[in-house]
Amino acid sequence: MSAVEGYESAEALQNVSTLKSENHRERRTFLGLSMPAVLVVLVVVFLPVLWLSSLSFFNAAGELSSENYARIFKSELYLRTFVVTFQISVAVTVICVLVGYPLCYWLARMSDRNAAILMVFVLVPFWTSVLVRTYAWLVLLQRNGIINESMISMGIIDEPLQLAHNLTGSIIGMVHIMLPFLVLPLYATMRSVDTDLVRAAVGLGSSPRGAFWRVFFPMSLPGLFAGIVLVFILSLGFFVTPALLGGGRVQMLAQRIESTITIYSNWGAASALGVVLLLMALLMIWLMNRVFGLDKLFMR
Amino acid sequence: MSSATQSLPIEISSLCKAYGSVKALDDVSLNIAAGEFLTLLGPSGSGKTTLLMALAGFSRPDSGSIRFGDQEVIATPPHKRGLGMVFQSYALFPFMTVAENVAYPLKIRGVSKSDQKTHAERALDTVQLGGYGDRRITQLSGGQRQRVALARAMVFEPQIILMDEPLSALDKQLREHMQIELKALHQKLDATVVYVTHDQREALTMSDRIAVVNHGRIEQVETPERLYRQPSSFFVADFVGESVSLPVKVANDTAQLGERALKSDSPIAQGSGGHRLVIRPELLEVTSGAVPETANDLSGHVHDIIYQGDSVLVIVQHDSAGQINVRVPANRAGQTGLPSKGERIGLALHPEDTIIVPEHAS
Repeated sequence: MSAVEGYESAEALQNVSTLKSENHRERRTFLGLSMPAVLVVLVVVFLPVLWLSSLSFFNAAGELSSENYARIFKSELYLRTFVVTFQISVAVTVICVLVGYPLCYWLARMSDRNAAILMVFVLVPFWTSVLVRTYAWLVLLQRNGIINESMISMGIIDEPLQLAHNLTGSIIGMVHIMLPFLVLPLYATMRSVDTDLVRAAVGLGSSPRGAFWRVFFPMSLPGLFAGIVLVFILSLGFFVTPALLGGGRVQMLAQRIESTITIYSNWGAASALGVVLLLMALLMIWLMNRVFGLDKLFMR
Repeated sequence: MSSATQSLPIEISSLCKAYGSVKALDDVSLNIAAGEFLTLLGPSGSGKTTLLMALAGFSRPDSGSIRFGDQEVIATPPHKRGLGMVFQSYALFPFMTVAENVAYPLKIRGVSKSDQKTHAERALDTVQLGGYGDRRITQLSGGQRQRVALARAMVFEPQIILMDEPLSALDKQLREHMQIELKALHQKLDATVVYVTHDQREALTMSDRIAVVNHGRIEQVETPERLYRQPSSFFVADFVGESVSLPVKVANDTAQLGERALKSDSPIAQGSGGHRLVIRPELLEVTSGAVPETANDLSGHVHDIIYQGDSVLVIVQHDSAGQINVRVPANRAGQTGLPSKGERIGLALHPEDTIIVPEHAS
């Protein structure tokens, strides 16, 4: 190896082969230790995805064709599904940011102890089953649910509001489920912002509001973008909540895939939708990285 | 943005601030002259940082008055006090370049883009970082970051600059170099500087005057030399410089060490808690023969000799009062006639070097 080149004396070359073989042995050990994990990912993730994706290239008769993809881009129904999926994901992401950013800011300015206590209120729902939480929202939001009943009894409204079984219900439920995915990375980033930076900005003449926008906000962007990417990508493929709270009126992509298989048992078409969804998610990550320059923001 | 700005005097009177039952600032009054370099020196938790933060406006005192020039600023929010600030952590904005950091105070003040550029460049030149404007903060060393922080604090020619232990994160050699540089920079700038440190040597090196802070009170405000030679209390004597102290009895304006009366040039300061004789190891004179009549005799036996490179520390067991440290230069002159371990050594403490302080200042 080049490490020993340039040394002339015999003393400098002693034990070269022993040390070299130790290096190789060490490398083999690490490789051996990481192999099980690599195998699991290969078998459980990559092969099924490849196999499922390959289904999309065959038609019902089992011949190689692109008709599954052609149908997606020709059919009004499919296109509408894409548009709705996109709209809902954007809406959920925007609401999560509007709710989550002030929440994180408030938490980040608290003492460690108080913040830890309040984080429990974010985390406990996060650890609860999505299904349980979705049904809970159904109880709250339905026509004669708690929210409508109490608003009528207080005289705020005369007629019950249509809160569940529609787009509103789906979005409310999804925001609740997605919020922790925005809060966790954003909170961690905000906590790590040196408070002296904001002080310095104020000390040098910025108003508190100016210091927030010029210094604190840019420093919190990496966490915000990480949260936005998580929420948006997860929303794209979300199934349970829109299926239950949408009451069949809201058709997102995941539901379309499900019905394509269970009702029409068309695996090829479902697979094509899945591939498009995967590509959309990857495209979004790439785009956000390009636009926001995530790698540049996480300066090292 | 010409050099028309004039440094401002600071007048602090009866400033109080309590955290629960702890008095962080206990009736602090201090006048700082225009253009002065004043250091707040004290151990951690003494209240020196609280005082600086009150000047900056980040910590609101319970009562008292702070005036910059003839303007009362006690209720002025920090961003309207027009101060330059340097933080211990530098507090440089990591997502901005060096030039953007330095230009920040100018940008806030609505200075034109081209003026921002020229002023930022000039400020960077002043701290010897010309040409570093396009670098990222992460590409700079600790010393360079410190200079950027300095440039940012002075670029808008503030009349007052506050510095909170700005050199404490640097290694010893760089710190000592920066002390000299900062002092020179202050002479170039027309600004009043209030500097916080817990390093007494740093305070002695840089300051026009030093205010020693302890338990939320100012113990003494003096020039470095007078502070070192005429401390007003045992705390100041002990905190500033190296010293050994021995308890003395004071009666009729004379101090007695054991049976012997001590000769001292300066009058004995009043206070509470008894008096102590403070001996600076480098001010003792090793005599070859008998100690002259005019000086105080602190002779004893050599207990240990410790070589410390630049000097030699001799630990002397005094006949009655305990151990005394003597520092002699490590050159040949200092070493000739130096007795060896166990031998008797003559020590003279001259009246002008005899410091007798009360335990607590009155």
